[in-house]
Amino acid sequence: MSLKRPAKNQPDKFEFNSSSLAAANEIVSRYPKGKQQSAVMALLYIAQRQNNNWIPLVAMKYIAKFLDMPYIKVYEVATFYSMYNLSPVGKYFIQVCTTTPCMIRGANKLVEACKEKISENESELTSEKNCSWMEVECLGACVNAPMMQINDDYFEDLDKEKTLKILDKILKGESPKPGSYRGRTNNEPENNRKTLLEIKNA
Amino acid sequence: MLKDQDRIFQNLYNDLGSDVASSKKRGDWVNTKELTEKGREWIISEIKESQLRGRGGAGFPTGLKWSFAPKEVGSRPHYLVVNGDESEPGTCKDRDILRFEPHKLIEGCLIASYAIQANVCYIYIRGEYFIDGQKLQAAINEAYEKNLIGKNAAGTGWDLDIYIHYGAGAYICGEETALLESIEGKKGQPRLKPPFPALIGLYGCPTIINNVETIAVVPTILRRGGKWFASLGREKNTGTKIFCISGNVNTPCNVEEEMNIPLKELIEVHAGGVIGGWDNLQAVIPGGSSMPLIPKEKCETLTMDFDSLAAEKSGLGTAGVVVINKDQDIIKCMARIARFYKHESCGQCTPCREGSGWMWRMLERMAKGEASKDEVDMLSDVTKQIEGHTICAFGEGSSWPVQGLLRHFKDEIKKRNKFDPIVKENKNIPYLVDQHLLDKNA
Repeated sequence: MSLKRPAKNQPDKFEFNSSSLAAANEIVSRYPKGKQQSAVMALLYIAQRQNNNWIPLVAMKYIAKFLDMPYIKVYEVATFYSMYNLSPVGKYFIQVCTTTPCMIRGANKLVEACKEKISENESELTSEKNCSWMEVECLGACVNAPMMQINDDYFEDLDKEKTLKILDKILKGESPKPGSYRGRTNNEPENNRKTLLEIKNA
Repeated sequence: MLKDQDRIFQNLYNDLGSDVASSKKRGDWVNTKELTEKGREWIISEIKESQLRGRGGAGFPTGLKWSFAPKEVGSRPHYLVVNGDESEPGTCKDRDILRFEPHKLIEGCLIASYAIQANVCYIYIRGEYFIDGQKLQAAINEAYEKNLIGKNAAGTGWDLDIYIHYGAGAYICGEETALLESIEGKKGQPRLKPPFPALIGLYGCPTIINNVETIAVVPTILRRGGKWFASLGREKNTGTKIFCISGNVNTPCNVEEEMNIPLKELIEVHAGGVIGGWDNLQAVIPGGSSMPLIPKEKCETLTMDFDSLAAEKSGLGTAGVVVINKDQDIIKCMARIARFYKHESCGQCTPCREGSGWMWRMLERMAKGEASKDEVDMLSDVTKQIEGHTICAFGEGSSWPVQGLLRHFKDEIKKRNKFDPIVKENKNIPYLVDQHLLDKNA
C-alpha cells in the first residue's frame, strides 16, 4: 500500500479526447459483457497519459460513469496501486529502484545524483516543473542493477556519473537513450558469456 | 554445464530476433496442430511425466494443476491466466521471455488453453514492464495476422483470444487470487482458499493460473517429450530453469541452466565469481527476496533445486539469486527487504499489515545498534506471529527472510545491540492478562 494524497489544485473538467476514447472502447471490448469494471486499471492509465502523467479526481469520476461503477471503487483502485500519480510529477517522472539487489550495487549514489540535480526531497517538482524523482521498490531488472525508470524507459547498469549525465539531458529537454549504460547486450554476462555461443557467433 | 541444444530459450539474449519467422526457425509453431491432435489427456499426461513444477515460486506440479480444471465446460467458460507480475526482488526472468521469446509464450498459451478448454487467455504483466508488454503485444498481433491465434488457431480447430492486462505496481498481485481480483478491476487483495481458482476463479469461472516461464516451456516439452525434460535435473526437480544472478558478482546475468546445478558453479562460471573472490562471500539469497538467506559455509556444496533448498530451510522460489559479499552490512540488507514488504503489504490481514512494519522498524534499529538484547527474541516472536496467520503466503514471504537472518546471523545482531532491556523483569507485566504465557518452562 502506498501513502498518496490527491493534489490540492484540481482541474474542474476532464474528458477523454478522441484517441483516448477509441483506446478505452477497445479495452472495454476485451472483457466479457457486464464485466467492464475490469477495464478500470487500463482506463486510469489512459487518463494519466492524457493528463500529463497524473490523474485528477474528475478523471476518476468520469471513468466511474464511463464504466458504470461506483466512484469509490475507482478511487480505491487509484489509491491502492502505486503507479497511478494523484498529483503532478512533471513531464519526466524518474523512479530510482533502491531495493536490496540495487542497493548493494550502489543505488544510493543514484539517489544522491537525483538530489543534486532535481530536488532535495522526493516527489518535488523542479523549478521548471518538468520533472520529479522518487525511490521505488524493485523494478524487476535486478541483473542490470543499479537502474532507474524514466517514464516508460529503463536505464540500466548506471553509476553516479552516468546518472548525472542522463539527468542533465532531461533537464535540457532532450531524451536520453534507454538501455544499458555499460554497453552490454541485454542480460548476458558481460564479456563472460559461456552459453549459446554458436548462435552469437553465427 | 547444460548442453546448448538442451536449452529451451535459445533467444534468451536476443541474438536471433523475436518475430514469427525467426521463432519458427527455432522450432516454435512448427507442428502445433499435431500436438493438439494427440488430445487433452495426452498433453496433460506428458506434462505430468515431465514432472514440470511451476516456475513462479511455489513449485506446484503443473500437470496436476491442469487436471483440476473441470473435464466438461458447463455454463461457465474456462479461463487461462498467465502470471507475469514479476516483482520479487532478485528476479527478472519473465521480462526476457516477454521481450525475446514471446512466441514460445503465445504457443504455450494456445496449448495450455486447449488442454484446459479455455477460449480466452489473459496475460497479466506488471505495469513497469510497459515497453516489454508492447513487444509482446506486437508478437500477439503478428500471431493474429498469421492465424496462429484467433478463430481456428494454428489449424487446431480451437478458438483462442489472448489479451494483455497491465498491473500498476503492486507486488501482491503476483499472488494468484489477488491477480484475479486485479483483473476484475478491484484492489489486489487475495481471496480465501478454498474455493480454489481451478473451480471458482476469474469472474467465478474455472481458471488455471500459471507463471510465464511455466507456460513458455510447455511446447518444447511436448515436442521433445516429457521423458527428455525429466532426464534433466533430478527426480521431482526436473528440467531447466532460468536463473537470475544479481548482487555482488562480477558479471550479473540471466542464464538457463539445469535444475540441481551447484550454486558455486552458477556464481563462478556464469556470473564471473563474487566481487573480491569466493572468500569474500557473506551470504546468498537463493530464490528471490522471500526465501531465507544461506550463509557462505553452506554455499560451497549447495545445489539449486526445490527439494535440496527446502532441506536447508530455504527455497528455490523464483531462482533469483542475490549474492551478498562481506563489504555489505547484512542486517541493513535485510532491513531493506523488510521495508519492501512493509511497502507492499496489501493491508488486508492485521498480522501482516502491522507486523511487516514492526519487523522493518526493529531491523532498522538493529542495523544502527540501537536495539536492546531482548529484542532479538522479540523479533523472532513477531515473525512467528505473522507466519501462517494470513490469508495468502505474503505473511511467510515477509517473515522468512527475517527468520533466515536470525538463524544464521544472530551473533552479529547480538554483538551490535547490547542495550539492557527496558523491562527487566519478565513476569508480572501489569497489562498482560494471561501471565501464564510468560512462563519460560511451559
